[in-house]
Amino acid sequence: MTDLLTPAVLVGIAISGIRLATPYLYATIGETFGQLSGVLNLGVEGIMLMGAFAAFYVALTTGNLWLGLLAAIVVGAVMGLAMAFISVTLQAEQGISGIGVYLFGLGMSDLLFQKTMGSVETVNGFPAIPIPFLVNIPVVGSLLFNHNVLVYGAYLLVPLAWIVIHKTTWGLKLRSVGQNPAAADSLGVSVNMVRYVSVTFGGLMSGIAGASLSIALLNVFQQNLTSGMGFIAVALVYFGGWSPWGVLGGSLLFSTINALQNWAQIANLPIPPTFAVMMPYVLTILALVFAVRRVNQPAALTKTYERGGS
Amino acid sequence: MKFFGQVQEWLLTQYWLRSLVPFLAAAAAFVIGAIMLAILGANPLEAYAALIEGAFGSLNSFADTIVKATPLLFVGAGICIAFRGGMINIGGEGQMVVGALAGTIAALSLPTWPSWALIPLCLMAGFLAGAVWGTVPGILKAYLNVNEILTTIMMNGIAVQLMNFLLSGPIMDPVQIQQRSFIPQTAQLPAASFLPRLAPTRLNLGVGLAVVVAILAWVLLWRTTWGYRIRAVGLNPQASRRAGIRVERYAALAMILAGALAGLAGVTQVIGVNHRLFTDGSATGFTGGAGFNGIVAALFGQLHPLGSIPASVIFGALLVGANKMQRVVQVPTALITALNGLVVVFVVASEIWRRRIAARGELAHTPLESQLTIEGEAAES
Repeated sequence: MTDLLTPAVLVGIAISGIRLATPYLYATIGETFGQLSGVLNLGVEGIMLMGAFAAFYVALTTGNLWLGLLAAIVVGAVMGLAMAFISVTLQAEQGISGIGVYLFGLGMSDLLFQKTMGSVETVNGFPAIPIPFLVNIPVVGSLLFNHNVLVYGAYLLVPLAWIVIHKTTWGLKLRSVGQNPAAADSLGVSVNMVRYVSVTFGGLMSGIAGASLSIALLNVFQQNLTSGMGFIAVALVYFGGWSPWGVLGGSLLFSTINALQNWAQIANLPIPPTFAVMMPYVLTILALVFAVRRVNQPAALTKTYERGGS
Repeated sequence: MKFFGQVQEWLLTQYWLRSLVPFLAAAAAFVIGAIMLAILGANPLEAYAALIEGAFGSLNSFADTIVKATPLLFVGAGICIAFRGGMINIGGEGQMVVGALAGTIAALSLPTWPSWALIPLCLMAGFLAGAVWGTVPGILKAYLNVNEILTTIMMNGIAVQLMNFLLSGPIMDPVQIQQRSFIPQTAQLPAASFLPRLAPTRLNLGVGLAVVVAILAWVLLWRTTWGYRIRAVGLNPQASRRAGIRVERYAALAMILAGALAGLAGVTQVIGVNHRLFTDGSATGFTGGAGFNGIVAALFGQLHPLGSIPASVIFGALLVGANKMQRVVQVPTALITALNGLVVVFVVASEIWRRRIAARGELAHTPLESQLTIEGEAAES
């Protein structure tokens, strides 16, 4: 156990926690917008897988990481738009249709992977960009200022999302649509438009989340690459109380647990690795139980809206 | 555009179309599947023909289809109960895993017991373990309003790790430990625990049990007070509460029963088909995705336990036929997972037309709801 106490190990775990929070952050920030508008998109996992594949495949074939990222954005946005159509226009049950989107993404990304590559390959992902001067600060420099562009982007997104949600008219519309769609509608806010935009944006972000895994953090693609991260991301939005700062805390907590768990496996601690892997799931359930007490859950979450309907 | 409007108007008045909507939706999913096959450079007709031949072409393949359909039917029947009670159970995978674990442990620890005692005991163990796995999300949802979709998904993750832990230590095959090969699997179960088979195929008594369970689920839902209350709670919890039904209790019960039936799916898979439990580290390695595909079958069967019977055969056939399709037209079996996803999306999304047609027919749900009001008034007075 003395290993845990060395500063170098602690810093190492913290750095990898900060890095690994990236996919959670993109997915949860995107999902926060969708849920605030009243739509629970449970297809995040499937969209992440498709985004991860698209980014990896395009980056591998063209050698251009930015084109790969663009591909993930397009794929994610299209799938988000489809989810919006299903849940807003067709008013489908959101939980079940989300599982459909998940199964589709799981099968489709695997199918395309087998058809196009067949075996696991690697790409050189986005390189770390040390920020001049700041990176030289002891400890803090290596913790915060020596990451790749997608990691920086994820953290910049948090205050941006907060500003959009709380300081803009559109954010006000977003929250009103999620709390009381009928009232928002009577004030001239287009409920469907706000929901379409939010859910499509959420899909786009899930696409980037997938890309951050396949071309910025792990730099590989394989079947079921995300292995449940998308579902945890959906739960983290509840955990974070539908606030960008809350989901930042949740994402960091979970990524740090992931980092600890990787370290525990390498360090050969006398805990079975299966229990370490189990921890995030148990924690998520506990987090959900405590999240219920939050008062700011969008009142219309998962409820479809039809003008003049009940 | 006006023409289409008129066509839609006319279609909405056709009450008989109501029950056809899910089939049309699934058909649409297969049309998209055909387009995907064409894009992948395969002849869709050839691919689907290979799929059907692979599923029904010989006695053995037909038996395999039924064997694959068995867990789908158990899970699907449970999903019907859960969804009717307003509980969305995505935890079939985990519930199957713990059911299988419990049944396996029961069989391994009582190797001297005779079949007539051991088989019911294994089934009971699987049933109870699945029920326990359903109880956590069921109680959390019913009493604390914790989103059950997310908790059931998390329970899946916990179940898989529990299986990995047990199979890589406490119940690992002693031979694996002796030979130091450490493959995470149990020893073969005692033969007394095997479900009787129809030799030479892999068809076993499990399918008979599944059909009986599906019929019992139907009886429960439509012929008993408990089932009536479960459906009432799912349809309208407020009205049910006014009618004096303990909403939380019946909502939780729906989830617990769904878990129990998925647990049966897990244990029959072990004592009927595999005769030992092994893991590749994931849930699907053991379940074959039946926990998710059971949802597809239940939805396709219109959330009716008896409808789940033919639906399970269809989706079992897809899973079995996919291997043949992969050999003949070189399209990976993953296509079927994607197709199942599309079927779910299309069937759920087409509900809106089913509802609209039903609303025109003015028959939708009225009997049950009016009964509830009457009961509620009686209770209040």
